[in-house]
Amino acid sequence: MHLPWLFGGRTASAPVARERLQILLAHERGSRGQPDLLELLRAEILSVVSRHVALDPEKVMVRMDRGDLVSMLEVDIEVPNVAEKWIAATT
Amino acid sequence: MAKVLVVTSGKGGVGKTTSTAALGATLAQMGQKVVVIDFDVGLRNLDLILGAERRVVFDFINVVQGIANLSQALIRDKRLDNLWLLPASQTRDKDALTEEGVSNVIAELRTRFDWIVCDSPAGIERGAMLAMRYADEAVIITNPEVSSVRDSDRIIGMLDSRTVKAEQGGRVEKHLLITRFDTARAARGEMLSIDDVLEILGIPLLGIIPESQDVLRASNVGSPVTLNDASSAPARAYIDAARRLTGETVPMTVPAPRKGLMDRLLGRRAA
Repeated sequence: MHLPWLFGGRTASAPVARERLQILLAHERGSRGQPDLLELLRAEILSVVSRHVALDPEKVMVRMDRGDLVSMLEVDIEVPNVAEKWIAATT
Repeated sequence: MAKVLVVTSGKGGVGKTTSTAALGATLAQMGQKVVVIDFDVGLRNLDLILGAERRVVFDFINVVQGIANLSQALIRDKRLDNLWLLPASQTRDKDALTEEGVSNVIAELRTRFDWIVCDSPAGIERGAMLAMRYADEAVIITNPEVSSVRDSDRIIGMLDSRTVKAEQGGRVEKHLLITRFDTARAARGEMLSIDDVLEILGIPLLGIIPESQDVLRASNVGSPVTLNDASSAPARAYIDAARRLTGETVPMTVPAPRKGLMDRLLGRRAA
């Protein structure tokens, strides 16, 4: 007869906790610094584009979608329509 | 030279304020001049844990905004001449604390105290970032539980990148304080062991505070657990941890509760 409770025996759950944490943190530590990279990209893209077009810094979106093989860097910049005339006038 | 120490964790409810009060009080008892600062704007509690809630007139934000000076806002502990509190404000305006304002206050406190202990709010938002921003050393409070360990790991990453010390190429000295530890449950494999947590987080151990009813008892009456009953298990653990902070070498043990006469006669396990 199987009576684990008689011997004080629910199975130990701590090893499961340790293993889950080790896997999770290895992943999270690896992706750390990503937000900073995006902030850097955002700042540089903003500075390059605003040399030619007047931009609202709040309207520059930089996103990274991470996939298994490749990741997608998505840059979304909202340009005010008045800028077109401004470009036309300066070029 | 003054040391700025941040007590932080990421996760809430793991014992930051309890630990700030206990470590601050013990350092003060050792003859160090100590100020504890509550960074939890809008949800201050360090005043309550220290039993000073009815003596708050001005607060940290009043000082930052120039409404009061530091001497007006600092509250001296009634039991320990060397212990002072700078309370947080109860206003909900979290942006009232500015980086420049905090920097100025800390610079002034450095000239007047040996230890400046910053009680961080939970989370990784502005308040928590400001609490760690000027730290020389950090005590990371961790419960032996998965979510607490994960959040501590995140906070360790921030201490290594977002502090003034880190930005200047130095490093904040980090100490791990494990709280609410239950030796018996860990021995049965029901709780992460000390070695598990140390291996995962990889920072040096400052102390192990056992789970204990004494902590709630002390907070009920507004006294740091080390002052309320200095011979209780958590108090002894905090006193050892504070001595290690000052550079003493103290053997690492998990203090066990003393058993009363009745407990011993009846062979009862003390709570």
